[in-house]
Amino acid sequence: MNIFVCVKQVPDTETKVTPNGDGTFIETNSIKWIMNPYDEFAVEQALLLKAAVAGSTVTVVRVGSVQDTEALRTALAMGADEAVLVESEDNLDSYMIAKSLKGGIEKSGKTPDIIFTGKQAIDDDCLQVPQLLAQMLEMPSVSVVVGFEHADGKVTLKREIEGGATEVYEVSAPVLVACNKGLNTPRYASLPGIMKAKRKPLQQLSLGDVGVSADDRRIKYSNFQLPPEKPPGKKFDAMDEGNQASVVAEVVGLLRNEAKVI
Amino acid sequence: MNFELSSEQKEIKDLAFKFAKNEMLPHAAHYDEKGELPFDILKKAWELGLVNTCIPVEFGGTGFSTLDSILITESLSYGCLGMNTAIMANDLALLPIVIGGNDEQKKRFLTPFTESYKMAAFCLTEPGNGSDAAGIKTTIKDEGDHYLVNGQKMWITNAGFADLFTVYGTYDSGLKHKGISAIVIEKDTPGIEIGKPEKKMGHSCSDTRSVTFKNVKVPKENLLGKLGDGWKIAMKTLDHSRPMVAASAVGGAQCSFDYAAKYSTERNQFGKPLSGHQGIQFMLAEMAMNIEAARLLVYKSAWLLDQGQKNTQLASSAKAFSADIFMKVATDAVQIYGGYGYSREYPVEKLMRDAKLIQIYEGTSQIQRLVIAKEVISTL
Ligand SMILES: Cc1cc2nc3c(=O)[nH]c(=O)nc-3n(C[C@H](O)[C@H](O)[C@H](O)COP(=O)(O)OP(=O)(O)OC[C@H]3O[C@@H](n4cnc5c(N)ncnc54)[C@H](O)[C@@H]3O)c2cc1C
Ligand SMILES: Cc1cc2nc3c(=O)[nH]c(=O)nc-3n(C[C@H](O)[C@H](O)[C@H](O)COP(=O)(O)OP(=O)(O)OC[C@H]3O[C@@H](n4cnc5c(N)ncnc54)[C@H](O)[C@@H]3O)c2cc1C
Repeated sequence: MNIFVCVKQVPDTETKVTPNGDGTFIETNSIKWIMNPYDEFAVEQALLLKAAVAGSTVTVVRVGSVQDTEALRTALAMGADEAVLVESEDNLDSYMIAKSLKGGIEKSGKTPDIIFTGKQAIDDDCLQVPQLLAQMLEMPSVSVVVGFEHADGKVTLKREIEGGATEVYEVSAPVLVACNKGLNTPRYASLPGIMKAKRKPLQQLSLGDVGVSADDRRIKYSNFQLPPEKPPGKKFDAMDEGNQASVVAEVVGLLRNEAKVI
Repeated sequence: MNFELSSEQKEIKDLAFKFAKNEMLPHAAHYDEKGELPFDILKKAWELGLVNTCIPVEFGGTGFSTLDSILITESLSYGCLGMNTAIMANDLALLPIVIGGNDEQKKRFLTPFTESYKMAAFCLTEPGNGSDAAGIKTTIKDEGDHYLVNGQKMWITNAGFADLFTVYGTYDSGLKHKGISAIVIEKDTPGIEIGKPEKKMGHSCSDTRSVTFKNVKVPKENLLGKLGDGWKIAMKTLDHSRPMVAASAVGGAQCSFDYAAKYSTERNQFGKPLSGHQGIQFMLAEMAMNIEAARLLVYKSAWLLDQGQKNTQLASSAKAFSADIFMKVATDAVQIYGGYGYSREYPVEKLMRDAKLIQIYEGTSQIQRLVIAKEVISTL
């Protein structure tokens, strides 16, 4: 089985994000990059499937800059077999990313039976690359997946919907599965895994190699800004027993009429 | 000169740090309070290759350099100094075998540690001899077809759960350090008595006990090197293990700093965050400055050894400096937390207790200064 995983490299969740000089993206110089946390579920599911289906290979594909290839190295150290990197700026839009991923998958020389992705990337939270990619590859996709089973060529997927309910899908391969938290517990890359990862093949491609050009851009970023500072919270002093009743009444009034939470 | 870690070293450090933050730190207070070893956590660390980093590739290990292994120690200690002590004691006990053992001994003693999680204990200190290790009184007597070991060891980490003990004794106390020998004793050998766990100030989840050897018959093939090689082996072990212990201090100091710095931005007094007061700022600056200086010293002491150069002076410098600044940083972290710092509800109280041990074991801060002075003076 040819299993693919698309991984994105995103700023560490503790990063303090600042816009870059001309506002076309964020400042990336001193960022510590990590694998998008939802993609860890995708890698784990791919490795579990590989273990279950003899003769499978797991190929990880990433679009982004080369300065640090943390996400791919982590995936290889966790146990993926090979990697494809489509080299680009980090500020592509979703359409360009999906098209580049498609190109990367095709250039790998393998026809995908199943593609795992995270349900969203925690940096731009666009939530559309999996669906775009599936559409471009003309295969079905199921997103926000929290349950995965594979038997006799059929894939059974559980998907979370509003209100805590679950939808169950039965799909036949090839299929794209966008993973959510709860699907599995991602393994750590082990130290021997890290040492082995160095010797695994990594194919490096340019945007041109995968047929993507500036004309593919649908969204141009022009004015990254930090959100306005939150106004300070209101403080109430009810230490004095005499005014407690009136302070409580005031707070309840504000919660009801201004904040509209009760 | 290049201060950049290799990409592989960054990954090793990141993995260990992730493990420390997710698997150790959240449980550190619990095991500290209970005074119990967290075997599930230790086993998980072993599964990821974070334990026994000194074992060479030929015998099933990862074949890490000293620098690689201290990066792991630094990160794990960020999670819990006590758990790290349990992990580090294995290296301390296995290193003499790596350094002084023959291939047959390495295969016999080291390889099982790569096949499942096991503990080992390093037995040097005695009730009457700590700093003055050359004066140890445990005897290793040649009885023809075996050695006979007699004596008492004190403060032995992992003793209650160890599969093997690396024991130092003398075959002739008149020879002082030239009589010291090192021998490996397996746990089921008759005559080993394990004491009750010591009740300690810190590193409470680690296991520390006395071990008594009463007429313990040990096979001849368990002696490391020849009779009298023990001191050389011990000194070489320390060149490797002191940077490790020093790295644990850097990890602990970094953890103390991170907590204190964060707290100082959250707590307001006199109408502004603590971090807005110059008195606190100077404390934070002092901490950051000392931690970075310690880290560089530790990395260099390990790097020197990896270059095949003598690192005795720097290993002791790194050990003493890091331990002393850790004690200072942890004390200041408690200070910045004020009354809350003194409470077990907050994490810095444990760190301050844990810091103290680093100034004591693996050679006290005074003994490190003796070593440094000896090295310095010998070059005059
Ligand atoms: C929790 C814990 C775990 C330990 N684990 C192990 C272990 O696994 N294996 C092992 O073998 N040992 C272990 N030790 C022992 C440890 O290494 C010794 O405690 C340490 O070497 C100090 O020896 P001592 O306690 O006998 O103190 P002493 O040697 O009695 O020293 C007391 C004080 O005198 C000072 N001093 C001594 N000589 C001089 C001098 N010449 N000049 C100036 N000052 C001096 C010392 O610095 C110290 O401050 C452990 C200890 C502890 C507390
Ligand atoms: C065991 C215990 C018993 C106690 N018993 C009593 C008791 O019986 N009665 C009682 O009333 N209180 C008691 N206390 C409270 C104690 O007096 C306070 O903890 C102490 O005054 C510090 O206040 P804080 O903990 O709020 O720290 P904070 O005031 O938050 O101070 C935190 C840190 O910031 C520093 N800091 C604060 N402001 C500045 C500044 N402007 N410039 C520079 N540094 C600054 C402080 O020195 C400290 O290091 C007790 C505390 C403990 C831990």
